[in-house]
Amino acid sequence: MLNIKNLKVSIEGKVILDKFNLEVKAGEIHAIMGPNGTGKSTLAAVIAGRDLYEVEEGEITYLGQNLFDMPVELRAREGIFLGFQYPVEIPGVSIANFMRTAMNEKRKHLGMEPLSGAEFLKIMEEKKKLVDIHDKLTNRSVNEGFSGGEKKRNEIFQMALLEPRLAILDETDSGLDIDALKVVANGVNKLRRNDNATIIITHYQRLLEYIIPDYVHVLFNGRLVRSGGKELAKDLEAKGYEWIKKDAASI
Amino acid sequence: MTTIINTLPLKDQLLTLFHRNADNIKGRSTPLVNRLRRNALAAFEDLGFPDNDMESWRFTDLKPLLQSDFVFDFSNQSRSFDIESVFTCDVYDLDTYSITLLNGWFVYKHAPLTRLSDGTIIGSLAKAMEVYPELVDTYLGRAADFQTAGLTALNTAFLQDGLFIYVPEGVKVEKPIQLINIVYAQTPVFLQPRHLIIADRNAEVTLVHCDHSLTHKISFTNTVLEIFAGEGANVSHYKIQNKGRNSALITSNYFHQNKDSRLSSNIITLNGGFTRNMITATLTQPGCHSEHNGLYLADRKQHIDNQVLVDHAAPDCTSDQMYKGILDDEAKAVFSGKILVRKDAQRTRAYQNNKNLLLTDEARANTQPHLEIYADDVKCSHGASIGQLDPNAMFYLQSRGLCERTARQLLMYAFAMEVIDKINIEALGKRLDHMVEKRLKGELSICDQCVIHCKSSEPATFNIDLSKI
Repeated sequence: MLNIKNLKVSIEGKVILDKFNLEVKAGEIHAIMGPNGTGKSTLAAVIAGRDLYEVEEGEITYLGQNLFDMPVELRAREGIFLGFQYPVEIPGVSIANFMRTAMNEKRKHLGMEPLSGAEFLKIMEEKKKLVDIHDKLTNRSVNEGFSGGEKKRNEIFQMALLEPRLAILDETDSGLDIDALKVVANGVNKLRRNDNATIIITHYQRLLEYIIPDYVHVLFNGRLVRSGGKELAKDLEAKGYEWIKKDAASI
Repeated sequence: MTTIINTLPLKDQLLTLFHRNADNIKGRSTPLVNRLRRNALAAFEDLGFPDNDMESWRFTDLKPLLQSDFVFDFSNQSRSFDIESVFTCDVYDLDTYSITLLNGWFVYKHAPLTRLSDGTIIGSLAKAMEVYPELVDTYLGRAADFQTAGLTALNTAFLQDGLFIYVPEGVKVEKPIQLINIVYAQTPVFLQPRHLIIADRNAEVTLVHCDHSLTHKISFTNTVLEIFAGEGANVSHYKIQNKGRNSALITSNYFHQNKDSRLSSNIITLNGGFTRNMITATLTQPGCHSEHNGLYLADRKQHIDNQVLVDHAAPDCTSDQMYKGILDDEAKAVFSGKILVRKDAQRTRAYQNNKNLLLTDEARANTQPHLEIYADDVKCSHGASIGQLDPNAMFYLQSRGLCERTARQLLMYAFAMEVIDKINIEALGKRLDHMVEKRLKGELSICDQCVIHCKSSEPATFNIDLSKI
């Protein structure tokens, strides 16, 4: 589904990712872990299409297409979803209005009829339950005045509505208490199918107790320094990132 | 109808005109009103038209607008005009008591003055001067101080007709009162409507004030509006304008608030060649709340100027100003918001905010917040911004599949909605919501509400070009 080869990315001349490789297949959950400032969020933003970064080398193919030929909105309509680490507050735009617009843009792209108001409401009600969102939240402006937990649940709610093929969840667990974390993890697990894939970007092992990854990768200084199964996350938790740093130094 | 030949400066022409037509102008005004006129004329003679040397006129130049050979009407030519042949208000479900003024004169569709069963009086100011002279004498000119304002002086000297409303003590007027102010003339016209709205103690009234032009001909309208909110009264004022590009519309609004009164003023400018709104709200007694919201959408060479002064003259009052604008092409906006807290106005809470979105490098916004505070126990804040759409918000929307154009439109619409959301009349709010959306898509024209379909030689298309942000 997603194939990243030899990716080198910089911002204002500073290299963030270098010689980065990753392959994600349908049905898989990948966790990318690593200390702060190692390029995890940059990776997520580059896949989603943020134009702040310069891709100096390498390629990314998504479903066989060159991702860099696709504008941001096309990537989204083709099924890429980024769950933001810091969801943006948009005063004056209700979640319901925003999501209906987004779903209909996607449907138009796929040659489907737009959803009527009633159809949209029905789908929205179903998905609300998935992430334990109460009624009034969807009438409020996108993320405006939301608590940290509400913002993250709102990201998963949007993900549930848009049904992405590839979801990238950037530090979705940060700032969540254990109950909110369970709600978010539960949502992700329920949305898991064998034709979609998820990349979970996280600093801590905590979320991975609830969402079991197929692969765990450790990102350090812009490169993947170690990959393994779910047990790697536990090793990291036990030994800390110092262990990896020493490891990386020896590469 | 009087035409004057443009050899003298307009100020001198007007002075001559006044003396030649004095009998007509005075009409059946009360002696007190005529005394007011004389003083106002003297003040105008002294002050003249405002010029750029004055602080509040630094960014707005009237001179080019005063160069036409204007036509003046000193008697009501609009009395029997069949207004519905040229104009129908198309705000669906807006159930109002509706009053129409054509070229500043009351249209006698119904009786010139209507007295509702609850005692509310609605109608023509000219007629009210005859029928209710004591009411007019008590209030007219009491808020609209002309000693330092040339245009208010000019209006006061020439005032003849306009809207008159009186709401008696304790009466809550059930439906909004709608004033439709139409300019429709084949020659350049100079109009000076005068409106007087009185809400007595604990009265409640909503005024929807619509300005339209059904012509691309030059017009200059110098309006003065006075609203008196008595003790405990609650007055809402909505001003909506959709004017042609050759129109100049200056409105001086004077709001006089007594103890515990609430006033909300909402000025929505969708189109207009030259527009200036001046607000002076005086909070004369404790416990008042004064709210001032504005939205302006301008393109091409339109010029929109909003000047708001909230004068906290008594303690324990609150006020809030929020003005927002979107400017395209070479449009220019001026905002000046002043909060004046006088010495005795302790425990004042006053806020002010002006935000501008500029879509081109040529669009301009001048925003000047002023705080003038003489009391020590007050809480005041102001904010002003001029900027572009937030790139983080754009990316967020696009990352969900919205194209750039849709994302921009949604953000601009949301920006404007913060003001529209404050409208408490559902039908009007919905309608404006729709009009703003149309305006931002470049689909709204001043011909929208006109039924003439005149095949104008200057098609009135307006377009905010979204690709330019």
